[in-house]
Amino acid sequence: MMHMKEEELIAYREGVAEQRAVIADHLAACEECRAEMARIEAVLAALDTLPVPDPGADYGRHVWKEIAPRLAEKPDRWWQVWFAPRRLAAAGGIVALIVAAFLAGRISKRGNAPDNVANQEQVRERVLVVAVGEHLGHSERMLIELSNEAPENPKQKEVDISAEQRRAEDLLQENRLYRQTALREGDAGLANVLDELERVLLDVAHSPGEVTPVQLEAIQKKIEARGILFKVRVVNKELQQRQEATKPAPPQNDSAKRERNKV
Amino acid sequence: MTRMQQSVDSTQAIAESDAVAVERTLAGDRDAYRVLVERHSHSVFRLAYRMTGNRHDAEEVVQEAFLRGYQKLGQFAARANFGTWVYRIAANYAIDRMRQRQKEDARRDTPRIEDRDGMENDPVNRVQDEAPTPERLTQSLELRKQMEQALAALSEAERTAFVMRHWEGCGIEEIAGVLKSSSSAAKNTVFRAVQKLRYALQPFVETKTQVRAMGTES
Repeated sequence: MMHMKEEELIAYREGVAEQRAVIADHLAACEECRAEMARIEAVLAALDTLPVPDPGADYGRHVWKEIAPRLAEKPDRWWQVWFAPRRLAAAGGIVALIVAAFLAGRISKRGNAPDNVANQEQVRERVLVVAVGEHLGHSERMLIELSNEAPENPKQKEVDISAEQRRAEDLLQENRLYRQTALREGDAGLANVLDELERVLLDVAHSPGEVTPVQLEAIQKKIEARGILFKVRVVNKELQQRQEATKPAPPQNDSAKRERNKV
Repeated sequence: MTRMQQSVDSTQAIAESDAVAVERTLAGDRDAYRVLVERHSHSVFRLAYRMTGNRHDAEEVVQEAFLRGYQKLGQFAARANFGTWVYRIAANYAIDRMRQRQKEDARRDTPRIEDRDGMENDPVNRVQDEAPTPERLTQSLELRKQMEQALAALSEAERTAFVMRHWEGCGIEEIAGVLKSSSSAAKNTVFRAVQKLRYALQPFVETKTQVRAMGTES
């Protein structure tokens, strides 16, 4: 007599088998498979004894007390999701700094003209330097983690990359805003790197949450082939230098940006 | 009316009542959300505890799930079951939390001290039929330790699939949604989880059964 596979017995026990009637009939007739099923059930029954602590009768009230102060007056409607804090965080930061740059420019117009232009340029520069530096840091960490993902054992059929995928989705929104801002600011070098990063983020965000080892390797190879991690690191380092350079009062020297734009 | 019919009616009544609470919340009645939080907190906690394996993380997951649920409530409007929806948010956040915790532990390079819930929660005390002899006590504590280790050794996806299917009775489609995978991949993940647990625990379950049999004979 042909016996049931372990996979079929587990699927039957967990209620996800497609041919339930066939398995049930077989179990009724086959002592060996019944014994195998009993061994599976013994393990599951033992697991069912693992306790879950009782959080208490008033737990719901406790949760409400904890979260109520953190809730907005009214939840967002579906269309407002596009304007959710997370998605607007990057844009908000940029807008705030651009406004600051504009105001700084207006106020300093009262002073001498060359200095004003330099100051205005300096603040604009810092807009990208601070916010984009942070964004690149987050992207770099996500890509490193993804590059280091590997199946736990050679037999593993799928690798879970859902956390990286979700982070890529978030980073993608920010990346678009920064790339557009970099283009507007005339920083073509930075815009190019962000454009390349965006393609990688898109690939990751559109991947399934679980990928086969072959798919994972393909994603990792794409990351490696584009040299995106190296480019992100170089730009981030340069941004840090620019951040240092824009801190003091001396007039802004934008030769570094022009140099990179030539690349 | 049969018990099953009563249960179906009660589930339907809760779903309808949830839908009303959601609409009222969206209309600006913040207290209506309180009803949803108080109604579903226990079940979300149970899911979160089974996924994360410790109370502190579970409580964090519950709070975060309801916070995110509130923020995204506008996206929920067309759906029917708030409980299932908030479950999914909690499961997703629990996966992130488990990953984060794993990385923190790896960085510290020291085993994390899980919060133990003391002897009152030990499986041995849930068995009504026999008095806990020293052998049984030792075996049960050992088994519990092994079970916790076996669950911790599952990947996040496997643990999520197992908890959602075996303990929470979620549908494969729902699990696939959380895992962002196909239904067949989700089924396969459930299988892998049970298989891993089986191989890790079968020797201990058999030992325990033998010890029990010996104890009963004496």
